[in-house]
Amino acid sequence: MKRFKHNVLVMGMIGALVLAVCVSPAIAAPPKQKNLILATTTSTQDTGLLDVLIPLFEKRTGYFVKTIAVGSGQAMAMGQKGEADVLLVHSQEAEKKFIAEGYGISRRLVMHNDYIIVGPPGDPAGIRGTKTAAGAFKKIAAANAIFMSRGDNSGTHAKERAIWKNAGINPEGQKWYQQTGLGMGHTLAVSAEKKTYTLTDRGTYLALKKNLGLDILVEGDAILLNIYHVIEVNPARWPKVNAAGAKAFSDFMVSRQVQGIIKKFGVDKYGSPLFFPDAGKKEEKLGK
Amino acid sequence: MEIIVEGIRQAFYLLFTLDPEVLGITLLSLEVSGTATLISLLIGISVGTAVALTRFPGRQLVVSMINTGMGLPPVVVGLFVTIFLWRNGPLGDLEILYTPTAIVIAQAIIATPIVTGITLAAMQHLPKNLRLQILALGATRLQMIWILVKEAKLPLLAAVMAGFGSVISEVGASIMVGGNIKGYTRVLTTATVMETGKGNFDIAIALGVILFILCFMINAVLTQIQQKERPR
Repeated sequence: MKRFKHNVLVMGMIGALVLAVCVSPAIAAPPKQKNLILATTTSTQDTGLLDVLIPLFEKRTGYFVKTIAVGSGQAMAMGQKGEADVLLVHSQEAEKKFIAEGYGISRRLVMHNDYIIVGPPGDPAGIRGTKTAAGAFKKIAAANAIFMSRGDNSGTHAKERAIWKNAGINPEGQKWYQQTGLGMGHTLAVSAEKKTYTLTDRGTYLALKKNLGLDILVEGDAILLNIYHVIEVNPARWPKVNAAGAKAFSDFMVSRQVQGIIKKFGVDKYGSPLFFPDAGKKEEKLGK
Repeated sequence: MEIIVEGIRQAFYLLFTLDPEVLGITLLSLEVSGTATLISLLIGISVGTAVALTRFPGRQLVVSMINTGMGLPPVVVGLFVTIFLWRNGPLGDLEILYTPTAIVIAQAIIATPIVTGITLAAMQHLPKNLRLQILALGATRLQMIWILVKEAKLPLLAAVMAGFGSVISEVGASIMVGGNIKGYTRVLTTATVMETGKGNFDIAIALGVILFILCFMINAVLTQIQQKERPR
């Protein structure tokens, strides 16, 4: 009799679990075509900007946005395979190639902020106040000071490689050159912990500053401009792409209201904006 | 050290104030991993029992494969499930990539070999003559299997715990096939990774504590059942 009771108990528990799973609504797939896949960089998620913009977009248009936050490189790779509908990325050269090869249509300027070189307040390589980013990288290399690279093909990583190229240094394989393969937030945390130099976008740095203990050492060089574009994936190549949704999102990002939100975003929390709205401007004119 | 205390404080605060976002994430984790565990139990117990009770050529190989599968790396499972579920992949028309269903599939794939392996071991551990005795008493084959499953109940509960424990704490596959979409596919582990990336260590720790409490409660209940049933 006792055994029987226990069996009933076990069966009851399993039954309850099955029931709980069956009635749960979250498992049901949302209606078709409503889904919009946005592949974007980690910085737009880590700063919290998308948490403000996406709900607004969904409310206004009725689309359901699946935000996949990865590096710009991976975001564009998803676009190339037709696995994303719209991209919000910051990797100039790669973006131009993406458009030229016909993977994307309508690349529109959304906003910018800038990259900064951060490092421990002690500044072992003495780069503080160096005028150019390439000059600072040269000093870091000369001092064999550890530099923490994203190493993930992201927009930031692409920018970093461009600066190394300008400095005429190939850091690959050097002992002082380390790669995390992680997003910006994680890389900053590793960098802070190991007291190394790294290149970061200002937005993520400001958002994480309180926990880091890293100082801004170099800023203001023209090469350090960090420009975000929204790109619609070419539906002619991939018929399954949600072209209408992508266009709606692209229009939304450059709309007056959203540009106004971007302008104010972060001011209350960090004392200065994290991004500067640029819709309709010419890329070449930025930072001048 | 301070940050851990702050994180634990935050965890209880979020739990007791029933923070809707954290509550949603927690419930989704339970739902997804619970469903995946159930699926893995259905498949794992049947396959494990079948392999334990039969002899066929290549059986050694199958057993080796099951045992290897017990250590399947979640990110590799995530990668393959992603490739299959891509819009332009073989199962793309289902449109289930970046949905909770996709996470259930990936987690079920991770948990099934674990449940199968433990079931297999448990069934093989039963006394050899038990089967003959049961059959001799006039039981049908199905009745015999049912009795054997009941006999192996204690290790099978361990299989439930191991399977559930492996998937609720798994992050690699969940973030790949789910995408960590806010309010939709964000589970406790993927939220923890993201909050760490954002530098919100206190919230990350809080989520970790909630995950731990959850695992503890579920295992406590299962252990309770298991230990009550212990043969004296």
